Amino acid sequence: MEDKLIIQGHEFTSRFILGSGKYSLELIKAAVENAGAQIITLALRRAATGNVANILDYIPEGVTLLPNTSGARTAEEAVRIARLAREVGCGNFIKIECIRDSKYLLPDNYETIKATEILAKEGFVVMPYMYPDLNAARDLVNAGAATIMPLGAPIGSNKGICTKEFIQILIDEIDLPIIIDAGIGRPSQACEAMEMGAAAVMANTAIATAGNVAAMAGAFKQAIEAGRTAYLSGLGRVINKGASASSPLTGFLED
Amino acid sequence: MNERIDHMKYLPDMEVLDSTLLDEVISEMEAYDYDKYTAEDVKRAINNDSRTPEDFKALLSPAALPFLEEIAQKAQEETRKHFGNSIYMFTPLYIANYCENYCIYCGFNCHNKINRAKLTLEEIDKEMKAIAETGLQEILILTGESKKMSDVRYIGEACKIARKYFKVIGIEVYPMNSDDYAYLHECGVDFVTVFQETYNSDKYETLHLEGHKRIFPYRFYAQERAIRGGMRGVGFAALLGLDDFRKDAFATGMHAYLLQRKYPHAEIAFSCPRLRPIINNDKINPKDVHEPQLLQVICAYRLFMPFSNITISTRECERFRNNIIKIAATKISAGVSVGIGDHSGEKKGDEQFEISDPRNVDEVYSAIEEQGLQPVMSDYVYV
Repeated sequence: MEDKLIIQGHEFTSRFILGSGKYSLELIKAAVENAGAQIITLALRRAATGNVANILDYIPEGVTLLPNTSGARTAEEAVRIARLAREVGCGNFIKIECIRDSKYLLPDNYETIKATEILAKEGFVVMPYMYPDLNAARDLVNAGAATIMPLGAPIGSNKGICTKEFIQILIDEIDLPIIIDAGIGRPSQACEAMEMGAAAVMANTAIATAGNVAAMAGAFKQAIEAGRTAYLSGLGRVINKGASASSPLTGFLED
Repeated sequence: MNERIDHMKYLPDMEVLDSTLLDEVISEMEAYDYDKYTAEDVKRAINNDSRTPEDFKALLSPAALPFLEEIAQKAQEETRKHFGNSIYMFTPLYIANYCENYCIYCGFNCHNKINRAKLTLEEIDKEMKAIAETGLQEILILTGESKKMSDVRYIGEACKIARKYFKVIGIEVYPMNSDDYAYLHECGVDFVTVFQETYNSDKYETLHLEGHKRIFPYRFYAQERAIRGGMRGVGFAALLGLDDFRKDAFATGMHAYLLQRKYPHAEIAFSCPRLRPIINNDKINPKDVHEPQLLQVICAYRLFMPFSNITISTRECERFRNNIIKIAATKISAGVSVGIGDHSGEKKGDEQFEISDPRNVDEVYSAIEEQGLQPVMSDYVYV
């Protein structure tokens, strides 16, 4: 059976969600192709009509757009940006970002839950960016979220999965796809996310600031596929303290 | 000689905030002894993951100058981490140059015999249309500081016109009360910049002889009133060279740092003006801020508050601007005219200062691309 990422009935074979911010528009097409990405995020605040170089013109056809609500500080603002995104033809998917902190750009879970509830009722496929908290994640499920997108580390920090233990709890306890969203700075970290059982990985800065954007997009693709395969194969055990006899305590039963 | 009013005492119509920010910034600045920092302090500051006010002090100290290359490299790393390759573009629009202040270093001051003008709403529309046709989506509206000639309603009408043509509207006008900021926010403004010029109030008093601007604390609290009035972001600057630039740059950073701690949602921006030649320049005695010192200040802002926008103005030349966007600046003006009515080709009033980079929007756009960076016209939606 083919391994698919299913988001509220929408099927994808790629588990790599690519960000489109922070790099030259001319590079987006090559990045999407090398990444094999089928979902690409875009900040509505940068993409709304009238730009000299409108970002939408650079995104290949057949790729699902995932507009985000960056710039929103409250649920109310996120809802307004989401509706605007739908009006300008970005489709039904929406990644909610509600951020009231300009230093770390950490998401506000409470406002995010409120926005999710409103937008899910309006028929959006809601993908909330959140701080990995189990109770908040459960509230998001109840509010109608299509996925949960916990952060690995602050946006743009490239620090890797600093919140690993907490994301693992979400992966273990929440039935929706868990997509690790921020902080992934290297292909090896993307691989690690997939080994943990994440449904997908979203990355932007790590690719945008690479020396060769398209090549790095390809490296992430391979890492994500490797991690997914490892997860599906069932990881072997990890031996902490050197080699060990196969049954040091119960071997006597065979004597 | 005229009796000067007390520069530390609010005038009757000025809102007073229950805030201690000014005392905190000034006492930090007064305690800052930049000569005590060593190369070791600087190296530690460069290598720290997040930087404290102590690190900021070291980065602004004379001991940091020999490490400028390392500092610039780290600043570049932080800039790319937080902003990727984006460089935001905008242009300022001066809609009036009437001014009631007597600031001895400024071309607009009320005793200078320059051509004064104020654009009508029709002329503002014409100017903005001409600017929008260049592709820009962000505008910074400026006036001289005359509440009488350019009242809040007038500025508000200009902002409503700007909403037709632009996605991002900032203002750089006289400081006002928070209810006035709230009104202008309703008219479409989200960003407010106020230059403190110098944080040394004794020096400030000798430079700002008449007008509302003379009142030091009222100006200082403008950003906080703007945030309370609902503005999204605020900009800070000292005019480097008016007084001891290291202390002024330090106070500017602390002003922003402490405000952001108090209002975590506030977006922070820095401008980095140096004194430019203007009439009356001989009356003051600027401490020299050469390009290396300017670069040091800009990089120190970047390393101390890596998430903040840094604007580079046309006071600086093309070479410096092209290089600084590679390192630390994230916002650059283009197609700049600092006279009144220039954009649509009918100049009515004189300039505030001389600009050093006359490139138009297309030229700056191409220059950004040539650096491997991405020009961004707007990163914002008004909600």
